[in-house]
This record gives sequence, structure tokens and C-alpha cells, in this order.
Amino acid sequence: MSIEIDRVNKRFRDFVAVDDASLTFREGELTALLGPSGSGKTTLLRIIAGLEQPDSGRIRFHGEDTTDLHVSKRGVGFVFQHYALFKHMSVFDNVAFGLTVRPRSTRPTKREIRDKVMRLLELVQLDWTAHRYPHQLSGGQRQRIALARALAVEPKVLLLDEPFGALDAKVRAELRRWLRRLHDEIHVTSIFVTHDQEEALEVSDRVIVMNQGRVEQDGSPEEVYDAPANPFVYRFLGNVNRFDAHIHEGSARIGEVTLPAPQYPHHRHASGHAFVRAHDIDVLATADQPDTLAARISLVSVVGPTVRLELVTDQGDTPIHAEMAKHRFNALGLEQGGQAWLRPRQGRVFLPEEATG
Amino acid sequence: MSITLARRRVIPGFGLTMGFTLLYMGLIFLVPVGAFLLYTTTMSWETFWHAITQRQVVASYKLSFGASLVGATINLVFGALLAWVLVRYRFPGKRLVDALVDLPFALPTAVAGIALVTLYASTGWVGRYFELFGLRVAYTQLGVVVALTYIGLPFVVRTVQPVLEDLEAEWEEASASLGADRFTTIRRVIFPALFPALLTGFALAFARALGEYGSVVFISGNLPFRTEITPLLIVAKAEQYDYHGAAAIGTVMLVVAFAMLLVINGLQWWTSRRHG
Repeated sequence: MSIEIDRVNKRFRDFVAVDDASLTFREGELTALLGPSGSGKTTLLRIIAGLEQPDSGRIRFHGEDTTDLHVSKRGVGFVFQHYALFKHMSVFDNVAFGLTVRPRSTRPTKREIRDKVMRLLELVQLDWTAHRYPHQLSGGQRQRIALARALAVEPKVLLLDEPFGALDAKVRAELRRWLRRLHDEIHVTSIFVTHDQEEALEVSDRVIVMNQGRVEQDGSPEEVYDAPANPFVYRFLGNVNRFDAHIHEGSARIGEVTLPAPQYPHHRHASGHAFVRAHDIDVLATADQPDTLAARISLVSVVGPTVRLELVTDQGDTPIHAEMAKHRFNALGLEQGGQAWLRPRQGRVFLPEEATG
Repeated sequence: MSITLARRRVIPGFGLTMGFTLLYMGLIFLVPVGAFLLYTTTMSWETFWHAITQRQVVASYKLSFGASLVGATINLVFGALLAWVLVRYRFPGKRLVDALVDLPFALPTAVAGIALVTLYASTGWVGRYFELFGLRVAYTQLGVVVALTYIGLPFVVRTVQPVLEDLEAEWEEASASLGADRFTTIRRVIFPALFPALLTGFALAFARALGEYGSVVFISGNLPFRTEITPLLIVAKAEQYDYHGAAAIGTVMLVVAFAMLLVINGLQWWTSRRHG
């Protein structure tokens, strides 16, 4: 089931939650809605579900207008950040809920319900919890039950609102890989909201980056990471440095370093900004190579196998962040307070009017 | 063993607070009730049995327990409704209504009784319209129910209100997204969550009604066998220096009320154990 969002707007009093958003979600894809808090991603998800009404714009499921259809008739499965399991019901009754509330004429028999619930519990690998109550389960288990409950009604669309947001880091990572495998098995059109860029890049077929109610970029995980559409997306995905750059006929200069800027072949002596990710900066211990910036190492922090450096150059006040493997750092013999030379390997250049994000 | 356990407690002051609690309970509650029960045991079994099975007394039990039960049930329904309205909707004067709910706690019950009888007498503002339909409220058993409903109003509202406020909106959204209509959501999701609070409110309203005296005696008319409540008989016996008779009837009230509260508490314990 494809979903089409056509110029949707939503305000809460003075706050613009969704600002003229138009998107198409393709059938069978797992899409991430990624953005900082307050970017409108959850509101957009709730509008798709029918839990919120848009102020203007239309929602279509497979070409059929569902904007005014009540949530209970829309055929969506919704998974909440805090699970929203019914705590007075056993796990079995929770999963069976969507089937047992059907009117008698369309309700499956008791036996059919039992078989289906047990199949779903096996699918989420929790069939042994059928007679337990939600409070007896861990957070990760509860979320899997919530997912089984949403799948029981055979939704045309699965919507997940920060599904792993309340879990600790290790469980999060396990569960999102599990979700990916599950999606490959059942192939229901799915949209999940997250503020975690790593989660979005790892799990989804497609990432939609949102900011202040607007869609900033829409593409595959590789596209949005490798070719961010604007400085906001650049900054939101990963640790990035901003350099003042001098743009001239298709290239940009940062001090002694030149970066290609092929999108500006006709600009002459313009000033702009170059964005370079921390792991795209080579740090050298000697000045014997061309195209480098002299810098002083102001901070060294070792995070497992990676070393993160903060360096100060005479180009600006904000420290430059660089990352490298620990063995390389040791081989170079760098140390905090010492001198180093920087060479940006790759980056993207934006003109100031684009760089306000 | 117990000493090492006590030493390991993280929150200090267990001995002090527990001791104070027991002393307080003893002085305020156990000593009076114990003395009263002790006094009852000075009666012979025959006198006791005779005192509690007189026809007039038995009729008063029926009225007291029956009318309290009806009053508490009415409060259960309308108290839940009032709590729902107060929590879920915004309307002008909401805070005023919220404050008024506690009025039956504060108003002297005699004042309430006199007000009720003035309103519901067959010439009163409200009573005259009931009269048109041939319904009499003042000086009938219906009047007793009205008074007991009035004094029990705050209990269900005040027990259900906080639970309803804490009820996650997500439950209702989850239920709706799974295809449940509004009525099904209320029946299968909201009601079970409120059930323990409803039960508590009902028990409190019932217990309060059972012990109520001041507001009832004005509106009931105190007709023997018809509109006499048990607390009235106890007062009447005590005024005639029949302390044994009063204590005997009081014991019956105490035992039955305690048994009913115990059952309701047991029910609550059972439901909360299931839901964690």
C-alpha cells in the first residue's frame, strides 16, 4: 500500500508542526522520518495514522483519499514509543485485542484467534510470554508485543513512533536489526519516526529528513549521508565542521587547502562555507605535505577504537573536530597540546544564503 | 536476623515511625473500639441476641444497609460520570464545580438534612413536583436514599479523578487504531483501568452512608419499622440508658461493615495483583 501526502499543514496554536509537506511512501518500503525534536515528524506520522487531523492537505492510501477516515477504519498498525500495552490484560489478550473487538459478523472464531495470536507471538519470538502481564516483561519485550498486537489486524501500513526511544543502547541496536529482518519477511509498508541518525541510516530503505515542519531531504540512506541537500542535513547526520571558504570558478579555498566546488563554476571571489565531516579530515604529524592547515591539538579523547581530536587553527575560533583509528593515532605519535597539520579529504561547499540551516 | 535486617534498611526511622503509628492507631482507634467490644461481652448471649433481633431493629438493618447500598450505587454511576466530565472537558465554571464536590464533606450534616427536608417536603421547591407524580420523598425510605446519596457524593469522584487524570491517552489511541469503536474502548480499556478506584470509591461511600446520622434523621421522619435507620436506634437506646442494647446493635454494624470492607479490599488486592 503506497501512501501519498499532499501539501499537508498542521499548526498547534502558534507552533507550525507540519509546513506544507508533500511526500510519497512507496509500497513495501521501510522509511525513516528523521529529525530533531519539534521537527514535526511525529505529528506527520500521527496525521497519516488518523490520530491527528491536518489543517489542510490530503492523505491518500493507494490513491484512495483517507483524510477524513477515522483511525479505527484506516487499517493502520501503530506502535507507540512507550508501548501503550493494556496493563490489565495478559500478553495474549493484548495481541488478540484487535481481533476480539471486531463485530461478531467479521470476528474470527476463538480457535482462529488463538492460532493467529500464537503465530504472531512466535514471529516476535515471545510465545512463552502469552500468559504473562506486560509489567512482567522488559522494555524490549514489551515493544515486540506491541508490534505483534499492531500486526494482528493485518494493517496495510505499519507506523512506528520512536519505537526504540525508551530502550537502552544495546537493546535498541538489537531490536532495530530485528525490525529490519522482520520487515524483509512481511514486507508491509512501514514508516518509523526517529531522532537517531544511526538508526535511520542502518534500518531503512529510505530516509526523510525533517526540520521545523519541512521536508529537508528525501532519499536513500547513502544519498542523504553522502550528498546532503543542505547544511542542516549535513549537520544533523554526523559530526561535521564548518570552514569559511573562498569560492572562485568551481573551487573553494580554505587557507592553503583547495576543495572542488563544481556547482559554482561562475562564482568569482565569493565567500561561502565548506562542510567537512570529522572522519574526512586527515591529521598529519609533519608539515611535509602540500595543502594543509596548521593546528594545535587542544583535546584528545579516546572512545573505544576511535580517537576524537579537537584542534584549533588560526582560521577561526571554533575548534575543528577530527576522528581517526586509535592505532593510527598511536603510530603518528600525536599528543594533546602538540602541533598537527590538517587536510580535509572531501567536503561540500555552500553559499552563505544556503548555509543558514 | 531481624536486627541485621533492620540495620540494613536504607530509609532510617523505621522503629520510630512504626512505633508512633501503632501508638496513634491504638489511642485513636483500637482503644475505643476495643472498649466498646469489651463492653458488649459483658452481656449474656440471650440478652445480646434479643437486643439485635427485635423486629424494629431488624427492619432498621434492612433500611440502613439497603439504602446505603442504593446510595453508594447511585454515587458510583454519577460520581464516575462527574469525574469524567471534570477530567476530560474544559468548560466555564469547571473549578467551581470541582470545589463544590467536596461540600458534603464540609457542610454540617444537620444543615444538609434540614435543607433536604425543606426542599423535598411535599410543599417544598422540589418536593411539590414529585408530589404531582404521586412520589413522596420526605419522611419515606426514598428520602433516606436521597440523604445518603448526598453525603456519599465526593468519594467516588475523588477516588476516580486522579486515576482518570493519569490514564494514558495512548491507550485509547492504541485501542482505536486496532479498530475498536468508542464504546468498546470504554468497556474494554478505560473501565478495567478505573475498576479498582471505582471499587474504593464505592466502598468509602457505602461505609460513610452506613454510619450517617445527622442528615438522615431530619428527612426520614423516623417512623418505626419504616424509616428508622440503625444509627438512630443506637442513639435512641443510649438516650434511654439502654447502653447494652446500643452496644449490641453497634457490634452488629461494626462486624458487618468490617466484613464488607474486607471483601472489597480483597477484591482490590486481587485485581491489582493481576495488573501489577
